[in-house]
Amino acid sequence: MSEGTRDTAAPPEPRAGRRPDADWIRRNGVYVALALLVLINVVATDNFVSENTLRLQLIQVTPVLIVALGMALVIGTEGIDLSVGAVMAIAAALVPLYIGYGTGFALGISVLAGALCGLLAGVLVGKVGVQPIIATLGIMVAGRGLANLFGGEIKSIRDPGFVELGSGTVFGIPYVVLIAAAVAALVWFLVRRSTYGRQLVAIGGNKRAAELAGLPVRRVLITTYVVCGLLAALAGVLLAARSQASDPTKIGLLVELSAITAVVIGGTPLSGGQVRIMGTIAGALLMQLITATLIFHDIPDSTAQIAQAVIVVAAVYVQLGRRRARR
Amino acid sequence: MTATPAGTARPSPAGTAPVLETEGLSKSFGPVRALRAVDFALRPGEIHALVGENGAGKSTLIKLLTGVHRPDAGTIRFAGDEVAFYRPADAQRAGISTVYQEINLVPLLSVARNVFLGREPRTRLGLIDTAAMNRAAAELVGSLGVDVDVTADLGRLGLGVQQMVALARAMSVESRVVIMDEPTSSLESREVTTLFGVARTLRERGVGLVFVSHRLDELWELCDRVTVLRDGSHVHTGPMAGLDRVSLVATMLGREVTEVVREGATGFGDTHRQSGEPVLAVSGVDVRHRLRDVGLSVRPGEVVGLGGLLGSGRSETVKAVYGALPVRAGSVRVGGRVVRANSVRHALRAGIALLSEDRKAEGIVPDLSVRDNIALAVLPKFSRGGLVSERRIDALVDTFIDRLRIKAASPAQKVRELSGGNQQKVLMARWLCTEPKVFLLDEPTRGIDVGAKAEVQALIDDLAGHGLAVVLISSELDELVEGADRILVLHDGSVARELTGEHKTTRELLAALAGGAERTEQVDE
Repeated sequence: MSEGTRDTAAPPEPRAGRRPDADWIRRNGVYVALALLVLINVVATDNFVSENTLRLQLIQVTPVLIVALGMALVIGTEGIDLSVGAVMAIAAALVPLYIGYGTGFALGISVLAGALCGLLAGVLVGKVGVQPIIATLGIMVAGRGLANLFGGEIKSIRDPGFVELGSGTVFGIPYVVLIAAAVAALVWFLVRRSTYGRQLVAIGGNKRAAELAGLPVRRVLITTYVVCGLLAALAGVLLAARSQASDPTKIGLLVELSAITAVVIGGTPLSGGQVRIMGTIAGALLMQLITATLIFHDIPDSTAQIAQAVIVVAAVYVQLGRRRARR
Repeated sequence: MTATPAGTARPSPAGTAPVLETEGLSKSFGPVRALRAVDFALRPGEIHALVGENGAGKSTLIKLLTGVHRPDAGTIRFAGDEVAFYRPADAQRAGISTVYQEINLVPLLSVARNVFLGREPRTRLGLIDTAAMNRAAAELVGSLGVDVDVTADLGRLGLGVQQMVALARAMSVESRVVIMDEPTSSLESREVTTLFGVARTLRERGVGLVFVSHRLDELWELCDRVTVLRDGSHVHTGPMAGLDRVSLVATMLGREVTEVVREGATGFGDTHRQSGEPVLAVSGVDVRHRLRDVGLSVRPGEVVGLGGLLGSGRSETVKAVYGALPVRAGSVRVGGRVVRANSVRHALRAGIALLSEDRKAEGIVPDLSVRDNIALAVLPKFSRGGLVSERRIDALVDTFIDRLRIKAASPAQKVRELSGGNQQKVLMARWLCTEPKVFLLDEPTRGIDVGAKAEVQALIDDLAGHGLAVVLISSELDELVEGADRILVLHDGSVARELTGEHKTTRELLAALAGGAERTEQVDE
């Protein structure tokens, strides 16, 4: 073939109708909103800029953040996991039952139970072919029942190791915050660097193409739900450790909503194929700060929930706008 | 039409004012100038071909004409008046209809409902007058020479019929301009014939039609005039009659005519040096309702063509070999060793690669980068301890981008931003990374521009020259005849004929496709 004759072949034709502004908002809106809200609080909230406030906010965000990180992986596969709240409750309910065998043992059992719930969801989705929303809805309902069965009512937990896990600090930084940071780093690494993470994103982006490229689609899907269940269980345990009690009827209630919101406003599309870890972290922080801001200013909790709902709808709207524009 | 042989331009009435006209139309997307001051004029009662390579600006021009985008500069005149379309609905209301290759109708509604969508005849109670609607639709569709039950759900009908319905809709809204963007790329030849009939009917009625196709033959068969775009600029407008194939291709590519002649109609060279025992041996493959007792063998360095009409089982054959379609019986051997059936991963491991015909649905992962798309199938091979070795992948990807001349801003560019031809090259690179022994190519040049097409064809030659066994599926006769060393023709899910040596000609292939025995004299190009 002769060289240099193909130069006429086309600058790539820009794809139709992409609105750069909508795309930009989807990607970066969460950071802007977070910065704005911090600014507003710095000005309008007394004692906002203090070590205590900061520490409290970080502590409070950890359960949602950890759950949201797992959720981001699931959403990256074009799935969704509604069972995370129930899994938190199961994990928390198991702690008082096994704490007598030692702190580590009880934690291990709890996290294992979470992984098993994830395995069930993963097999239903990846192998049986049940739609993610249906499969995990079933586990959500049954799981909450199971948690009540294990736990019954509120049990306080006095195990010193466990209490230390919930309230101890290193150089003033709470363990729970460090654990959340470590989990975030780990998940980021998984998505960016691991073979599994690459395959996950490809499967979410085009499942059929991934299958034809010989990717282990089932294995990746199952693994993803296991990781999500495992992280939900970890969040449940940490929450129990902080409150030094386990209340299976309350723990993790509606956390699936917060987690999905954090992921979505963080810019991860519900249509899969992308996982945005930094965005998810910012999303979780934003959700936390909105709730906190309303509390700082004595606005009731129910209003905070309405605010959350509005944000979900708005975030999903931005995404849909983008997809519609892509046509 | 009977008096005029197909392919001859009807002289458009001199002095007829254009129904649709652009002047100095320009459009940029970011730094890319997609369209530069394009003048284009469509007369009523003509079929006007719009051609150019991918990236020439055809799609952009159509999107400006139909209100999907708005021009940065220049004017659009419709029926003499300057117009500005802000949305596709504006253009439709004005009388410009579009028939896309992917149809934008409602598959779950009946044919009649689709024809009259949004303008259904009403009864006095304001309900849809189904009887009247069905009658009118049947009449309309019938007048196009299409025999179809108008009460059937559109989605259950063939793609060809669906496009006919789209045309019927265009007629019922009394469009004065119909834009057909690659309407034939997924149609069978019989459906194409009907579609062209309908297009001619519309022309008779004074509608102006714009026709975009990558299949050059169709232009002479159908069109009166042609406009060629290149790199966003207008380079030629003139009658189809008297224009020869070589000079049209030359105009599109901006090359010297002599050079094109030297290269021939396709990018393929001479026959390949095949040698030794078959590397791929397939026998007795049976897929429920699709394939019966299909066998084929390919030697290293050989290109075996697979011909057949739509539904004859070409794609099913390669998918079955690749383990992507459940087979009931039969065996696939690579290098003498049996490959486990129904497993893509085993097929891949044995050295089989499949380039699917459906680039969008089964090929690219649109939101991933060029790099990640290329490396997709070899991730495990380039991983250690579950971690991807970025450096080795970068090196590999660079090699293939270079070797296949993939035009991307960088390996990190998202694959959905590339042109069709470059996307196809990315997919070829993905499979070549796996170092296959057998490469199954299902319509490798469908829907890509002429330049990329020639490159892909030359690449296939090159691969065979290096000892790869290739199975080539194509619905283009030239491509099969020039590209393959021998051709198997499928019919109703089994191998009907094999064309080798001197029998490997376009004529005989046509006859074989048509299912006739040796009645070649009736078939003509």
